[in-house]
Order: sequence, then C-alpha cells, then structure tokens
Amino acid sequence: MAATLRELRGRIRSAESIKKITKAQELIATSRIAKAQARVQAARPYSVEITNMLTDLASEAALDHPLLVPRENPKRAGVLVVTSDRGLCGGYNANVLRLAEELISLLRQEGKTPVIYVIGRKALGYFSFRNWAITRSWVGISERPTYENAQEVADSLVEAFVAGADDDGDDPGADGILGVDELHIVFTEFRSMLSQTADARRIAPMEVEYVEEDHGPATLFSFEPDANTLFESLLPRYVATRIFSALLESAASESASRRRAMKAATDNADDLIKALTLMSNRERQAQITQEISEIVGGANALADAVR
Amino acid sequence: MAELDVTIVAVERKIWSGKATFLFTRTTSGDIGILPRHIPLVAKLVDDAMVRVEREGEEDLRIAVDGGYLSVTEAGVTILAESAEFESEINADLARADAGSEDPSTAARGRARLRALGQLD
Repeated sequence: MAATLRELRGRIRSAESIKKITKAQELIATSRIAKAQARVQAARPYSVEITNMLTDLASEAALDHPLLVPRENPKRAGVLVVTSDRGLCGGYNANVLRLAEELISLLRQEGKTPVIYVIGRKALGYFSFRNWAITRSWVGISERPTYENAQEVADSLVEAFVAGADDDGDDPGADGILGVDELHIVFTEFRSMLSQTADARRIAPMEVEYVEEDHGPATLFSFEPDANTLFESLLPRYVATRIFSALLESAASESASRRRAMKAATDNADDLIKALTLMSNRERQAQITQEISEIVGGANALADAVR
Repeated sequence: MAELDVTIVAVERKIWSGKATFLFTRTTSGDIGILPRHIPLVAKLVDDAMVRVEREGEEDLRIAVDGGYLSVTEAGVTILAESAEFESEINADLARADAGSEDPSTAARGRARLRALGQLD
C-alpha cells in the first residue's frame, strides 16, 4: 500500500544512516583482518621452534609429566570457550557457542562434569543467562590478544589441571582445590578470508605434535639443566603457545566474520534505499498527477459555469 | 671460516636470523659462549639473560631476552624467547626503573635490558 511521501523519506534517511554505520564497521574490520593475519603469521615461527625443541627433548626426557599422561578416571573437564566481546559479526559467536554446547553435553554423557572458562563478553552473557557456573572469565582481550593475556589464561588452566591430579570425584584431595582432569578449548579456526570454522580441541593431557623427520642417527644432546627439568618448564609454555595461537586465530576470524556481516548489511541497506526511493518517486508523481487533474477539473468547471 | 646460523624468535615475532661467528649468553648453569661446531645442546637461559651475537665485519648485536631457551644443533643455534628487544629498541630509563621494581619478573626484564645496554654485567 502506498505510504505517505513523508514517511517514505524518513525511512530512506534512516536506512542511509544505518548504511553509514555498517560501512564504517566493514572498513574497520577489513583493516583489522590484515593486521590479525599478520600476527598469526608472525607467531608461527615460535610454535614451530618450540615443537622442534620438545621433539628433541622428548627422546631424552621421561614422558610422565602430568600434562602428558591421560588420567585414569577423568571426572571434571575444563572447557575454555573463546568468543568476541562485541556482536555485529554474523554467526561467529553462535557457531562457537553451539559447538561448546555440543562438547559440554558430550562430556556430560561421558560422565564428566564440565568446568567452564570463558573469554569474551558474548560467552559470558550466554552462560550466565543460562545460570551455568562460570569458573573464570576474561573480557576485553578478544580483539587484540597479547601473549601476556594468553599466558594468564594458560597459567590458571594449567594450575587447575595440576590441582586436579589428586582429586577423587568431588573430593578435592590433599591440596583442597577442586581441579580438572582434562582441558578443552573451543575457538574459531581461521582458514581463509571466506571460511572460518568453530573447532574444539583438547589441550591437556596433550598430544604434542612431534615433528616426524628422518634425521638419520639421533643427535646426542647435552642439557642444561637436565632434560626432565627442561621438559617440565617447556610444557606449560607450550600450552600457552597453543592458547595464544587459538586466540590470534579467533581474533582474525572475528574480524573476517564482522566484515562479511557488515558487508551484507550495507548491501541490504543499499537495496532498501533503492526500493524506497522508487516508491517515493512513484508517490510524488501520483501526487503531482492528482494536483494537475484537480486544477484542470477546476478550470473546466469554471469555464462551464461562465458559459 | 665456519659460521653459525642463528635464529632468534619471540612469541609474537621473529626477532632476528642470520650468520654469526660467536654467540654469548648465560644459561641457568652459567655463562656460555658458542662457536661454530658446538656440540648439540638444549639449555634454559636465566631470567635476565642478554644474548650477544658477534658477526664478521659487522657490529655485535646485543639482545635482551626474557624467558629464553637455547638450542644448538648441527643446523645452527635457535633461541626461543617470550619477548626480546634489541639494544637499539631499549629505553634506558624505563629499563632502570624496571630493574628496581619489586616484582621479580619485571626486575629481571629490566636487568636483562640494562645488560644489553652494557650498563650491567
């Protein structure tokens, strides 16, 4: 039905101002993806080298570190959910949260109690709205994570994991702290500009991705201090590196999703403006036509009266 | 003359890689100097470590390394650091202030930077 001209003009104006906002968001997100991608790239050499170093050590050290050995009867599983702080990024958070829900119900089926850690306001809101206990949360780091942030997260996760070693069900054991027996992370993997997928991985007990190489005869290393001590101090760092790279990938994915969502919103605003402009022009012309026919009708009536 | 291939990587970026004739640093068991054809070694550096890289025909590099590990293989020397700074990137006043800090890790980072500047042994 034909709306009045004034209403149509109002709607065009509001669509235009929405378009300005979404366009600006799109541009910001585009510039952030490049930076975030560069950070993902820049962090890669370290994770390659730390993996190499662990591989060298693994042949020498006793592989009985608590971070490596699966517990016999895991009762509590820690889940770290990485989301964004802000919305306006399409399905980014929804995908992560859906996967987190799936993982949590899977853990429940296996008889483990999920212990939830969250990064990002969206996950915090999601879980607290559902009245789920959140063990610890970090907000305000998801868009530009630093290594210090990752380390802080890793420290508290590793601490909980180590504390969980002597737990017996809901009995906190000798140290009096109820820890966890497993650690999982749910984050978004950045595959390309166009494809980001939510992914869940286990970070502890961990499977170090050893580099499979044919060295020929194994190199005989000397160690300072001994191999076990080195291995033990490197492992928590490896966890922090894994978390850091997950955070970086999530940040890149967040910007990519936001760019896509904002581009779609801008395009929609464009279409809307076009359709509304067409309607308002039609309305304006109808008004003019009506005015002319009124004038002509009036003139004819006058001429008839004179005659 | 034989040369070492040195790679120094920090968590957030690759710091430096190139050829060197000699590398000097301090591990938890003491000062160590590495010449080409050193035996394979993996070591933890002290918290306030400085790495000096001597190069042929160029000036020495002095790098403050925080939370570092050293690995020597036939292929070369790799240093993994949580963070690392070149001598030229260091703000001396800030480093001195950090070295006097009460927080042990901040103090160690400050000392490492002062050491890279040559103001501390």
